[in-house]
Amino acid sequence: MAFALSNQEQLLSKIAAGNGHGEDSPYFDGWKAFESDPYHPTKNPNGVIQMGLAENLLCHELVEDWLMNNPKASICSAEGLNEFKGIANFQDYHGLPEFRNAVAKFMGKVRGNRVTFDPDRIVMSGGATGAHETVAFCLADPGDAFLVPTPYYPGFDRDLRWRTGVQLVPVVCDSSNDFKVTMEALEAAYEKAQESNIRIKGVLITNPSNPLGTFLDRETLKDIVSFINEKNIHLVCDEIYAATVFTKESSFVSIAEIIDQDIACNRNLIHIVYSLSKDMGFPGFRVGIIYSYNDQVVSCARKMSSFGLVSSQTQHLIATMLSDDQFVEKFIAESAKRIAERHKAFTWGLSQVGIGCLKSNAGLFLWMDLHHLLKEQTYEAEMALWQVIINEVKLNVSPGSSFHCPNPGWFRVCFANMDDRTMEIALSRITSFMLKNVEAKVPNKKKLCWQRSLRLSMSSRRMDDFMASPCMSPQSPLVQART
Amino acid sequence: MGLLSGKATCNTHGQDSSYFLGWQEYEKNPYDEVQNPTGIIQMGLAENQLSFDLLESWLDRNPDAAGFKRDGQSIFRELALFQDYHGLPAFKKALVEFMSEIRGNKVTFDTSKIVLTAGATSANETLMFCLAEPGEAFLLPTPYYPGFDRDLKWRTGVEIVPIQCTSLNGFQITETAIEEAYQLAQKRHLKVKGVLVTNPSNPLGTTMSRNELNLLVNIITEKNIHLISDEIYSGTVFSSPGFVSIMEILKDRNCENTQVWNRVHIVYSLSKDLGLPGFRVGAIYSNDDMVVAAATKMSSFGLVSSQTQYLLSALLSDKKFTQNYISENKKRLKQRHRKLVSGLEKAGISCLKSNAGLFCWVDMRHLLRSNTFEAEMELWKKIVYDVKLNISPGSSCHCTEPGWFRVCFANMSEDTLKLSMQRLKAFVDSITTTLHNQSNHQSIKNSRRRSLTKWVFRLSFDDRVTGER
Repeated sequence: MAFALSNQEQLLSKIAAGNGHGEDSPYFDGWKAFESDPYHPTKNPNGVIQMGLAENLLCHELVEDWLMNNPKASICSAEGLNEFKGIANFQDYHGLPEFRNAVAKFMGKVRGNRVTFDPDRIVMSGGATGAHETVAFCLADPGDAFLVPTPYYPGFDRDLRWRTGVQLVPVVCDSSNDFKVTMEALEAAYEKAQESNIRIKGVLITNPSNPLGTFLDRETLKDIVSFINEKNIHLVCDEIYAATVFTKESSFVSIAEIIDQDIACNRNLIHIVYSLSKDMGFPGFRVGIIYSYNDQVVSCARKMSSFGLVSSQTQHLIATMLSDDQFVEKFIAESAKRIAERHKAFTWGLSQVGIGCLKSNAGLFLWMDLHHLLKEQTYEAEMALWQVIINEVKLNVSPGSSFHCPNPGWFRVCFANMDDRTMEIALSRITSFMLKNVEAKVPNKKKLCWQRSLRLSMSSRRMDDFMASPCMSPQSPLVQART
Repeated sequence: MGLLSGKATCNTHGQDSSYFLGWQEYEKNPYDEVQNPTGIIQMGLAENQLSFDLLESWLDRNPDAAGFKRDGQSIFRELALFQDYHGLPAFKKALVEFMSEIRGNKVTFDTSKIVLTAGATSANETLMFCLAEPGEAFLLPTPYYPGFDRDLKWRTGVEIVPIQCTSLNGFQITETAIEEAYQLAQKRHLKVKGVLVTNPSNPLGTTMSRNELNLLVNIITEKNIHLISDEIYSGTVFSSPGFVSIMEILKDRNCENTQVWNRVHIVYSLSKDLGLPGFRVGAIYSNDDMVVAAATKMSSFGLVSSQTQYLLSALLSDKKFTQNYISENKKRLKQRHRKLVSGLEKAGISCLKSNAGLFCWVDMRHLLRSNTFEAEMELWKKIVYDVKLNISPGSSCHCTEPGWFRVCFANMSEDTLKLSMQRLKAFVDSITTTLHNQSNHQSIKNSRRRSLTKWVFRLSFDDRVTGER
């Protein structure tokens, strides 16, 4: 029997038999917990609330209204049926011209029309997932590496490495400076790789960042561009969250704007990955985009797009929708507004129970700081806390370790994938959990300013430690820095 | 250090091949009945455009599927968010039942064993990633679909070793040919991981015989390797002998729950049977749980749009529709096939007797200046540039004999097909006249006699009991 089994395994490739798919990571464990006991307002009100999925559900009804008023967008409706044959038959990997035009225009609008995109540089892919893998295939050989600032999206481990044989070298960014990307960190990571004989082919940044929800300022972006130019390596910018920027004061700067203004930069090194999954909330439609300033990469990626073209039915729908300027402008503005509202409500709710988050101005999530709740500053303690959050508080949040975060105790919490009511329930669960733990562990009713600050204890021993530590009041610089 | 990867700078994508050059020429000067009546007629694209009206009328009667609605309720949100790589359950169920129906319900398929991919292109590449290491090889009978060079080899690093099939026996696979392929692989220091066949065949348009299928099962059992059966044309079988799926053979041989059962995988797609190549609907079907698990995860790189899954789940769940579609589609293919064959005959051209596919495997050896691939290229260029027909030269399909061409018949109107045959006849008449006036007119007579003899031979062959073609 044992012989037969190993015989069987040998029949698969190493890629298939190994765990490069990355699904053994804790990032996915929480999903499994959710799947076995999913929250539902009426059918399962005590189930696990999914806060580990960075989805954007806030503006779907705007799209539904538009669809109702634009039946031509569907090739299957009475109004659009005359186009069915042509579209159903269309498998040209250049994509429908109207699709490319509409996407290029949309990308420009999302960036406040500060920059324009060339439809001929738009290449389709199977979501941003397919885009990243394809870009890696185009730019790097097996064994080559990309530098990626931590913390980063867990999916990159699979998308960039699994079937390509490419490596990822982390650029350590930590909580000491709010996880900002510094040139020192970049240089250090590059040097270290050189010493280990790892050939660096490029830098991958996600801007706005997942999981941080922050975006890079102009100076940092320019510094990164100088860095890659000097080393003659690529820069891949994943701008999948570009339209989730919700603050007006600080305006998001796309790499496209930097390139536009910087004549010295070698444009052959610059590539953008995009998708409609986050900005529009359409992950199911698999609309991934590679936008490269390098003609050879455009050509190669386009050939590779055969492995993950966007369904022509979907291309047609998107082309029609994104060509409607009025709708697009309304959508972008309204979406930002709703994300801002949700973000504010959630951060406020968390602050009420003494939980701080990294100050952010984009994304569909918060980077929550719970390191003060850890038994000890270790990943084991982080995992233990996470188990409690899933099993007792009944929320699926994503532990920072799955994002390769160098400091334990951080968690990504998604807030845009649920309605208002569910968000309130999630917050109330957090609140009651915090209060319950305080009440149970403080029998002698010491005067605590618990309305403003809370101490949380996992055990009575821990409580003693906590009683000795300073009170987390809103006036405390620790809290101020994070909200 | 090179700026781009080796994959980006090589030409394993295969697009420098003549198969694609013909397309490029067509694109520069495409035929249009009104706008460009002297343009190039596209006969190099294996598309099925014969049955769109059936699809359109179904859509007309089923507005819900079209408009993101179920029972009048909007399900847009649900679909927009659905990115589960396990696929829409209703769609998978409808798809496996459709696959079963195409096989006359002689075999059934399990929804837990099917993996959805972005077209058969993605399915084939994914299977390579799952079953072979870079540098290992799969055996493929020639002639084969030119796209395999890209799909199976480009990003995977897997090699293809040909199983040479010849016109001596209608290009059927023989044990000798497989053995020779094995020896060739050995010479090239390549480990063979499996065999990949297309059944019905592209470019031959023939279904594989039971003998061939049984031979393959014997080989993969003996050598302990995989068998991939690309059955993308399974719904285009329009005349006898019918289609026999590899699954039927395994069932007949009681192979369930044996090791060989786990090494047989099917690739499917809706691009040819339903004529929906734009929708990118492909599938891998495997009896091996580990292959299914790995392929499912890999499908993340090319999932099927949920919008499309929903539409097609409604379409394929309508059994009345599918039954009617399958039979009507076959009827139209048969009719169109007959028109091409008779048109070719009028031009003195024969083709391999076929019962499936969207094309014919046409014998133009008698029109070659010499029995070489150079002569084939010369003839092909004349046909593309002068006759203005884009057909696919056999060399692009790795055929070992010069002079064969794949000609598609289902991607144009009947009138266009008629016109293409008129152009061809005019061309053949002109060159036989020219050749007649040259000193080698005797050898032409001989070759015409030879081809006539072959034709007669083929006709008599047909009268035999079909078990072997």
